[in-house]
Amino acid sequence: MVHGGMLNYIWGVMILIGVIYGALNGTIQEVGDQMISSTKEAISLCIVMAGVTALWMGMMQIATSAGLIESMTDKMEPVIRYLFPRLPKKHASRKYIAANMIANVLGLGWAATPLGLKAMKELKNLEKERALTDQNKNRASDEMCTFLVINISSLQLIPVNIIAYRSQYGSVNPSAIIAPAILATMVSTFAAVVFCRIMNRKGSR
Amino acid sequence: MQFLLYLSNYMIPFVVLYVILLGLINKVPIFDEFVKGSKEGIRVVVEIMPTLIGLMVAVGVLRGSGALEAFAGWISPVMNVIHFPADLVPLTLVKLFSASAATSLLLDIYKQFGTDSELGLAASLFMSCSETIFYTMSVYFMAVQVKKTRWTLPGAFLATAAGIVASLLLAHGMVH
Repeated sequence: MVHGGMLNYIWGVMILIGVIYGALNGTIQEVGDQMISSTKEAISLCIVMAGVTALWMGMMQIATSAGLIESMTDKMEPVIRYLFPRLPKKHASRKYIAANMIANVLGLGWAATPLGLKAMKELKNLEKERALTDQNKNRASDEMCTFLVINISSLQLIPVNIIAYRSQYGSVNPSAIIAPAILATMVSTFAAVVFCRIMNRKGSR
Repeated sequence: MQFLLYLSNYMIPFVVLYVILLGLINKVPIFDEFVKGSKEGIRVVVEIMPTLIGLMVAVGVLRGSGALEAFAGWISPVMNVIHFPADLVPLTLVKLFSASAATSLLLDIYKQFGTDSELGLAASLFMSCSETIFYTMSVYFMAVQVKKTRWTLPGAFLATAAGIVASLLLAHGMVH
């Protein structure tokens, strides 16, 4: 996954703090040991992740070919209508928003991002059609805000990665978190939906 | 909580069964498709490998030096007031910016406190029910040259906060 420029600073600050604190704290030997052992750990983690990700993506490929993703996307229409009350019927953004949400629900983040970007571009075009003046062109529309808040509230149903990490680090029951994770995701998404409904109703334009 | 555990154990086998049945009914060449998707999965993990190595080294350095422990120690008096585990603060902050960096901190929590401890469970749940706010916003808004993000950030923070509270309560319930 490609990261923005922020990671350059975060990474640098983490290493600087660690090494300087280690030197002052007299733990510089542990710092050096950790540097080497962490690389080994990263590789063994990737091996576990490769297996789980391959299994999940393989299953999702079957689901895609069987038309599951498409039929789920079609069934999203009432949800889209509820979340985006002022989005015109049959607008091009609707199918991208729906497909992006379904991809997120199924944990296909890599497929979700390109769809989400297409949705944003369509929403931008809609804003251009709506705006009588040019002054709002840098401004996010209600639809854009809603789309991103819902996205950030996390929609993924089964956290396959987390389960893989848990099994790698010796959990007695790695998948024990699935149902609680679904609940937690529902709570955060519910909060997002309520917030977006209130903000949309304000119709602040 | 027993019911949740029961549901959890059934989830993955059930999804796999459902997908296979759906594939068979729709006459999909299931194994060929599986292999195709798997290949993509491997590629994704290979691509993320260098990122993960770099970030796990950084977290290792922070942990080995004692800086992470010291940080949690400094903020714990404040965090105790709002009943928030100080050891989860670095993970929560980093998760706003980068999923991979947060993953490295999650694994550090697993090592220090155990995957099935209350802290380990809370961290697992928080990672499952949140997204990287600033990363997501910058990618999506930059693509359409939007600078005024209006109520996106407050909404994102509200959803994340709700997820944190839910994670802490659920983790507590799972242990006790």
